[in-house]
Amino acid sequence: MKLVTAYIQPERLNAVKQALFEKDIFRMSVILAQGCGQQKGFHENYRGADIEVNLLKKLRIEVAVNDEFVDTTVDAIIKGARTGKIGDGKIFVTSLEDCIRIRTGEKGHDAIG
Amino acid sequence: MKSFLKWMMPVSLLVTISSTLIAQDVAPAETVAAVAEAVEAVAEAAPAVVEVDAATTALFTANNVWMMVCTALVFLMHLGFATLECGLTRAKNTVNILFKNVAIVAIGLLTYFFCGFNLMYPGDAWMLSGVFGFAADGFGLASVATADVTAGYADAGYTYWTDFIFQGMFAATAATIISGAVAGRVKLGSFLIFCAIYVGFVYPVVGSWVWGAGWLDGKGFHDFAGSTLVHSVGGWGALICAIILGPRKGKFVGNDVRPIPGHSMPLATIGMFLLWLGWFGFNGGSVLSADPSDTSRVLVTTNLAAAAGVLGAMFVSWMIQKKPDLSMALNGALAGLVGITAGADCITPNMSIVVGLIAGVIVVFSVMAIDNLKIDDPVGAISVHLVCGIWGTIAAGLFDYTGSYSVGTQLLGIAAYGITCVIAAGILFGAIKAILGVRVSEEEEIQGLDIGEHGMEAYGGFQIFHNY
Repeated sequence: MKLVTAYIQPERLNAVKQALFEKDIFRMSVILAQGCGQQKGFHENYRGADIEVNLLKKLRIEVAVNDEFVDTTVDAIIKGARTGKIGDGKIFVTSLEDCIRIRTGEKGHDAIG
Repeated sequence: MKSFLKWMMPVSLLVTISSTLIAQDVAPAETVAAVAEAVEAVAEAAPAVVEVDAATTALFTANNVWMMVCTALVFLMHLGFATLECGLTRAKNTVNILFKNVAIVAIGLLTYFFCGFNLMYPGDAWMLSGVFGFAADGFGLASVATADVTAGYADAGYTYWTDFIFQGMFAATAATIISGAVAGRVKLGSFLIFCAIYVGFVYPVVGSWVWGAGWLDGKGFHDFAGSTLVHSVGGWGALICAIILGPRKGKFVGNDVRPIPGHSMPLATIGMFLLWLGWFGFNGGSVLSADPSDTSRVLVTTNLAAAAGVLGAMFVSWMIQKKPDLSMALNGALAGLVGITAGADCITPNMSIVVGLIAGVIVVFSVMAIDNLKIDDPVGAISVHLVCGIWGTIAAGLFDYTGSYSVGTQLLGIAAYGITCVIAAGILFGAIKAILGVRVSEEEEIQGLDIGEHGMEAYGGFQIFHNY
């Protein structure tokens, strides 16, 4: 089991969801995030003074999947989130020890799907 | 010693204040006696003349005070428009919307000072009889020395200055109506140029046709407080600008309409209540005096129509959408108000409820129809101000109890205003589009106009989830 964590541009969310749905991946969490990377920030003005904002608004998407679904998930996220510009984001894939469905107590492979 | 000072100071302060109050109590008694003597003396000298003058002056003063109160109420409507528009659009465009509303009031008042007032009320100085005129005062207002501030100016209703400032507040509302329909995608600079010309020139010229005693007034067209002259003029502008601009990104995908919900229903509700309050001045002031009978009846019809509009919109949205939609109820109140504005003085209170109820029903279907036409109107300005403005103008002929106005003439007026405003707004906004461009870049639209146009966030420090 793997946890796929992706940081994307907020406005790509719909496209990413769409791409995941097409691959029958319906389970995900979306979390508001702020972050910075290669994409530089932007200027704000407030009462005549400049403010440099370099923490940008991002979304963090988490999808826990069985091993055979990792590539499908990653490809779908890339399909939805890629614009070719700096700031499109990153995907992390990490191993997942276990997964338990609270309602039934199922574990592992069964709980995740 | 210190503690003694501590309680002595308040006591001494109290003594000082109370002695001052007592002194003031004594003074008025003396003054009253003195005034009474003076009045008696004057009355003895020339009784008849003084009595009539005093009554006229008192009436004139009361009328003028009411008109200035109404002016302030109409001014308050700008805050209503600002909050309503903010509430019904996304958080990332809030600074932009607030900025537009602030700038439009300023531009509207100044252009109305510069040429609007004289274009709208040319008096006898018609250049093209009943169609286009410019008052003899020239650019700007009359001088302090020549301005007519006597009871003779407007049948003891108000002074020249009140006339200008009351009508100036009206003028700016016409442009504010357009601001809602173009929210979230229009270039600020281009829009402000459009507003300056539309409010400074188009609005007063077409306004002179009726309120300036022009050709439509001569034909018996009736628009009491501006269902057509203010709301439809703004509404036609809103329709044309929204069509030329195109929809916001993500509003229409394929054949689907994807609603883009506003970010603050409390703000939108505050806006509706402020506008309703402002309408006490908008319609109440359009009596053009504090005439007890007319003013009070107009306030009754205005409020009954607004209330009926809420219920009409509520029931229809409840039936169609299965749940009562607050944004539709807010639009319903405004629809009722716009609907009664043309005939608030010539429709009975009973019939005003019918007018408001129908307006509330119309606005719900109109919002959905305009969505289906793929015209993106974020706040429903076209439905509320144009569609219900047209309905209100027809209703003034249909339900008129005085027997002075006909539906045919009302339709003629609607057509005249529609054609003129569509052409004027189309040429104006089209030209600005060709020269300057009217729409922000796609990136800027996604990021929000607050950062793109102003480099400022409305809710600094908050993280708001945008479901694009």
